[in-house]
Amino acid sequence: MLTTNQSNKPVVLIDARGPRYSAAITSVVLALALITESSYVIGFQFAVFLSAVLFGLRRSIYGFIYRNLIQPRLSGPVPSEDQRAPRFAQLIGALFAFVALLGGVTGNSAVFLIATSFALGAAFLNAAFGFCLGCQIYLILVRLTKRS
Amino acid sequence: MRTLPLLGLILVLTSVFGIYYRSKNGLIRKKRRLHISQAEFAGSYGRRATILQFSTTFCSQCRAAKSLIADVIKNQSDIAYVEIDAESNLELVRRVDIRSTPTTLFLDRAGFEIARATGAPKRNQLIKVISAL
Repeated sequence: MLTTNQSNKPVVLIDARGPRYSAAITSVVLALALITESSYVIGFQFAVFLSAVLFGLRRSIYGFIYRNLIQPRLSGPVPSEDQRAPRFAQLIGALFAFVALLGGVTGNSAVFLIATSFALGAAFLNAAFGFCLGCQIYLILVRLTKRS
Repeated sequence: MRTLPLLGLILVLTSVFGIYYRSKNGLIRKKRRLHISQAEFAGSYGRRATILQFSTTFCSQCRAAKSLIADVIKNQSDIAYVEIDAESNLELVRRVDIRSTPTTLFLDRAGFEIARATGAPKRNQLIKVISAL
C-alpha cells in the first residue's frame, strides 16, 4: 500500500542523465585547465557554469551539447529531475572557477590550483560515481535555512 | 606539466571517496528506536510495519527507490509505504536527521524506527529486511 505525502509545487524538470554527462565534459576541461595552468581554459569553464546558473541547465553550453549530440544516441526511458539542485551545484562550480580565474589573472598560482582542484574533484565525483556534491549541499542548506 | 602529479592525486582521492560512497549507498542499517507518530507523516501505520521514504523532486534515485520498494511489498497489504516530500516536511526532516534523499526508514508496527537506508536500497537486502519485519 503506497501513499504519498508530496507537494504539488511547479518545478522545472530536466533529463536526469544530462548533469552527469555535463560533469564528464567539465572534468576533462578542468583537468586541461590544471595541466596547462591556463586562465583562458578556466575562464571558459567559468562561462559555462555561469550560463547554467543564469539560463538553466537545458540552455547552458554543455546542456546544448548534451541535447544535440548525446541525448539522441541514448535509449530507454528518460529519467527526470527538478533542476534546482544541479543548478545550485553549477553555482558552486562557478564560484570555484571564479576564484581560480582570479588567481590565474593575478598570478597567484596556489589559489588557481587549489580552486581548480576542488572544482575538478566535485565534477569527477559526479561523472564517475554519480555523487553530486552540490546537490547534497542543497538539501542541507534547505534544511538549515527554510522555515517548515 | 608540473601539475600532473596534482591531477593524479585528485583523481585517486576522489576515486577512493567515490568507491566508499558507492559501497555504503543504499545499505540498510539498524537504527536506534526513534519514534515517529502517524500525525508527523500524515498517514497510518501498517499492521505489520511502515516504510517511510523521504524524497525530493531534485533526486534522481528517488523514483528508482520508490518503484523498487513498491515492487517488493506489492502483495503485502499489512505494510504501509509512505513517500514523504522532504522539502514540505522540514520539521520531521530535521527531527529524524534526513541529510540526503532518498532516505528510507523502516518502522515497526508501533512506529519505532528499526532500520534506515540512505540512497536507493539494494533489492536483496530490502527483501531480507522486509521479511524480517
